[in-house]
Amino acid sequence: MTTTTNTATNTAPVPTTVAQPPPRTGARHGPSTLRHGATLAWRGLVKTVHSPEALIDVTLQPVIFLLLFVYVFGGAIAGDTSAYLQFALPGVLVQTVIFASAGTGTGLADDLHTGIFDRFRSLPISRAAPLLGAIGADLARYATSGVIMLVFGTILGFRTSAGPLAIVAALLLVMAFAFALCWVFTALAMLVKDPRSVQGLGALISLPLTFGSNVFVPASTMPGWLQGWVDVNPVSKTADAVRGLLLGGPVAGPAGTALLWAAGITLVFAPIAVTLYRRRT
Amino acid sequence: MAAPPPTVVAMNEPAIRVEGLVKTFGATTALAGVDLEVRRGSVLGLLGPNGSGKTTTVRVLSTLLRPDGGRATVLGHDVVADAPAVRLRIGLTGQYAAVDDALSGVENLRLIGRLLDLSRRDARRRTDELIERFGLAEAAGRRVKTYSGGMRRRLDLAASLVGRPDVLFLDEPTTGLDPRHRNEVWEHVRALAAEGTTVLLTTQYLEEADQLAEDLVVLDHGEVIASGTPASLKADVGGQLLHVRPLHRADVGAVATLLGELTAETPAIDPTGELTLSGTPALLHRLGVRLEEDGVPVAELGLRLPSLDDVFLTLTGRPAEAGPATEEAA
Repeated sequence: MTTTTNTATNTAPVPTTVAQPPPRTGARHGPSTLRHGATLAWRGLVKTVHSPEALIDVTLQPVIFLLLFVYVFGGAIAGDTSAYLQFALPGVLVQTVIFASAGTGTGLADDLHTGIFDRFRSLPISRAAPLLGAIGADLARYATSGVIMLVFGTILGFRTSAGPLAIVAALLLVMAFAFALCWVFTALAMLVKDPRSVQGLGALISLPLTFGSNVFVPASTMPGWLQGWVDVNPVSKTADAVRGLLLGGPVAGPAGTALLWAAGITLVFAPIAVTLYRRRT
Repeated sequence: MAAPPPTVVAMNEPAIRVEGLVKTFGATTALAGVDLEVRRGSVLGLLGPNGSGKTTTVRVLSTLLRPDGGRATVLGHDVVADAPAVRLRIGLTGQYAAVDDALSGVENLRLIGRLLDLSRRDARRRTDELIERFGLAEAAGRRVKTYSGGMRRRLDLAASLVGRPDVLFLDEPTTGLDPRHRNEVWEHVRALAAEGTTVLLTTQYLEEADQLAEDLVVLDHGEVIASGTPASLKADVGGQLLHVRPLHRADVGAVATLLGELTAETPAIDPTGELTLSGTPALLHRLGVRLEEDGVPVAELGLRLPSLDDVFLTLTGRPAEAGPATEEAA
């Protein structure tokens, strides 16, 4: 009996205001996932713009990397900093974006940690949307870092023989590789829950990957066993392809290998990351 | 103007129905067959100490966790089979304020609005309404990182209301807040209830449950150990309670023996050394005389109506808030 009175008081004052969300039926799939992913990518970018640390990561880090490597090591390695700038910039571009992709893992681990994912998961949005959002925002960050690096490199004296199309292709190639790696870091973030550990372990992956390559030094000066690794390291291949695109030289070979690597890494790690993500969320 | 409800649910169907809910985490049983119902438009308080299964219940009902057994429906929708439909109708405010530190208050609310498929304009309008309602206008544009605990909690509550949920889950909404901010949150919960929102609220604070909830369910070790209105639970404990606290801890045993002699009942003893049992003015008088004769100094002695603390103590044999008894549970 009491229930009747209760429902009566329940239905009466429900405010019928404009902002009532429309009833959604097939909202689980397709366009809505992309739309929600884009909204969450917007969140990721606003976050970056708002937080000085993140903004510095994207803008200042490439500048600092370039200055350090060129002016600290350049003279010793190439005998001349401007010659070294030509050699190193394409590789430092790759390195910067790899470091940025490690940030994807930290960001996701952070979100899981603070409970904001609980909020997202209690909303009628696809479970893939937060992941898409994180990756979408990161792609935008990679592109920003890459452009800043190229602009700053040009100010320092880097000269490219490439036209606009080749430059865009170089950036896209680097982003493709970073996209592949961000699945590795996402999987890591789902396994290791603590954001700080994710950051530490991420460095453990990204450091050998970038320094154990021909990004900073030609492989010919290294011991044989290391050359073996440097030769297969996808970072070397990506750097080679970027050099080819920006400075002239073979492109198709290294670019093909780099893209195969990117596809391979994505094929292995994306399903792992998504499975772990589904389990965690 | 009165639009029909979007889903057809019998009006006498409770807003939330939970039957034999089981959830285990490895060897730990978090829920050992919980049954409960929440009437439409009512506020139900889910009460219990840490680890009693309150949060797990809320997480299952808000579709964040899959139960291992039993079933639960929210507004007639199964929380497992029909989770998307449930998510359309609920709001969740978690134990840890789930808002984005790096965004401003306004950005947080608009984000939720956009994720709920409000148009940009409607998301903005709804955000303004909620900012106003929760007294956040002054801080609206600031990053949440700079907010006080009370402001965060209000923003979190606002975030859970963007979609005008019919059912609201509040998981320990005032834990860690000072009394003034606790009162603010209570006022908001009362207002929501008055508008017809069904609220399921978990709390460790008996006073909170007493203040807000029309119905109570008491959980302990993943089981429902009592349910009813606050008044009926208090009535179960008996009429008036006699409470006595000896000045010296060493006298607690002697006073317990004395009470046993006078009433043939065993008093409940809380960690502060207060002994409680049902009593009458006559008993109070006799006890006073005997304590005087025996020369036992007393810090407090009197009669009172039972509080929910007494209910919990009577039901479980230990006090509600984390006391020495939590260790034995571990």
